[in-house]
Amino acid sequence: MRVWRAIAAAALLAAAPALLAGEIPIDARRSGYSFMGPDTRAMQDDDTSNPGMLFVLEGEALWGKKTGNAEKSCADCHGDARSSMKGVAARYPAIDKALARPVTLDQRINRCRTNHQQATPLLYESRDLLALSAFVAHQSRGVAISAGDDPQAKPFVEQGRELFMQREGQLNLACTNCHDDNFDRRLAGAPVTQGQPTGYPLYRLEWQTLGSLERRLRSCMSGVRAQAYDYGSPELVALELYLMSRARGLPMETPAVRP
Amino acid sequence: MPALINVPAKAKRGGVIEIRTLTSHIMETGFRHTVDGKLVPRDIITSFTCRYNGDEIFRADLFPAIAANPYLSFFTVAKESGKFEFEWIGDNGYSSTASASIIVE
Amino acid sequence: MPPTRRQFLSLAGGVTAAGAIPIVTLHPLQATPATLNSAIRNVVGEAQIRNGRVKLDIPPLVENGNTVPMTVSVASAMTADDHVKSIHVFNEKNPQPNIANFYLGPSSGRPQVSTRIRLADTQKVVAIARLSDDTFWQIAADVVVTLAACTEEMN
Repeated sequence: MRVWRAIAAAALLAAAPALLAGEIPIDARRSGYSFMGPDTRAMQDDDTSNPGMLFVLEGEALWGKKTGNAEKSCADCHGDARSSMKGVAARYPAIDKALARPVTLDQRINRCRTNHQQATPLLYESRDLLALSAFVAHQSRGVAISAGDDPQAKPFVEQGRELFMQREGQLNLACTNCHDDNFDRRLAGAPVTQGQPTGYPLYRLEWQTLGSLERRLRSCMSGVRAQAYDYGSPELVALELYLMSRARGLPMETPAVRP
Repeated sequence: MPALINVPAKAKRGGVIEIRTLTSHIMETGFRHTVDGKLVPRDIITSFTCRYNGDEIFRADLFPAIAANPYLSFFTVAKESGKFEFEWIGDNGYSSTASASIIVE
Repeated sequence: MPPTRRQFLSLAGGVTAAGAIPIVTLHPLQATPATLNSAIRNVVGEAQIRNGRVKLDIPPLVENGNTVPMTVSVASAMTADDHVKSIHVFNEKNPQPNIANFYLGPSSGRPQVSTRIRLADTQKVVAIARLSDDTFWQIAADVVVTLAACTEEMN
């Protein structure tokens, strides 16, 4: 297995310079779901066996709960999430007009907390933030991803694309080397996917809990032995935006289950 | 803690039905260490019980080898309309309950 | 003076050479086949365990050992006189040999249970059923656990 892994890594390094990094055409874009085995698929498919749904349930309770000095709940402004939040997560990260830069869904939730609920922001990767984010994103399940369409977002999509193409870390690998050039091959025992972020926050069997796209990106970065960007950093937001725009047209799956 | 329960709303008398439960729990094994070498204490659900109109119909002892957010599926004969009660008991005084009703015709 | 690296290595080498004390293992809490056997005997006692009647559905190759779906079923009429009383599941190489005990009865209708388990390594999983006549039946399955290429560091 170890030798195999070394060979796989060497092959990636050797093959990469000869290939031009290109966008995956729309009809060839594939969710990570299509790379999974039947058991993991079954776990995602049935809402009463998908552990991500436990977080959606918690998020639903938080949506209706009054919080902060303003004594307001999400529902007090946004009403029934089933209609008001449908399609929203498929457009995120999105430009915040006041900040004139993109914000993630997590950051949007926290801006609502500070600006409208007068509550403290929730910590990245905290149970409550993941639960709210999962509940909101779940309302977009089945909706085609359209993030990055806003003309104001274009420079940030481009920034994310540059980061995606940029080699980094001790293994000197860029995201594109695996996820554009070598998807459908295997790295050690695991299939290399296209890295389409269709189901975040998602339940990863490895984590045994729900986690954000930023958590996944950070573990990829430590995988190539690079210093990971901080949660909420402009670089991670730009990468997230690029990845979502790269997944344009794929349906949202939140909460997805992945190995 | 929330739980997801799947019991059919209606069943034929004498029919065999599947019951599925999923509950939130970290199931910390007690065998892991932090980076500074401290043992993370065990925190698991140790017991699950399902009662059907008061009678115990299924029970399980769980160990650290059960994955986080325990999932259980089992069967029972639909004998009469009424209520299923579920109880999870664990370390550090953990206790959680849920229920679901069924109409048997 | 604290021991130098060289001294430490020679000490470690000495222990290995002596052979009497095995060098410290990387997984001191790993259940060995002996602990698996004693865990099984704790449940079964001295009774004979026969092969058959039990079916264990578990993927032969799992994508992540942290959450492995598993179903055990038993061939039984599930009547008052002939039914499954309990099902016990064990592993060979986790830090602890027990996975779960399930208690059923004639009102279960179908002797089948599913759950999700943790397997620390490629290993054998054993399921044993106790029937109402107090006979024990078993099945074993080998599971290969693959590791993801890029796993997160523990923090």
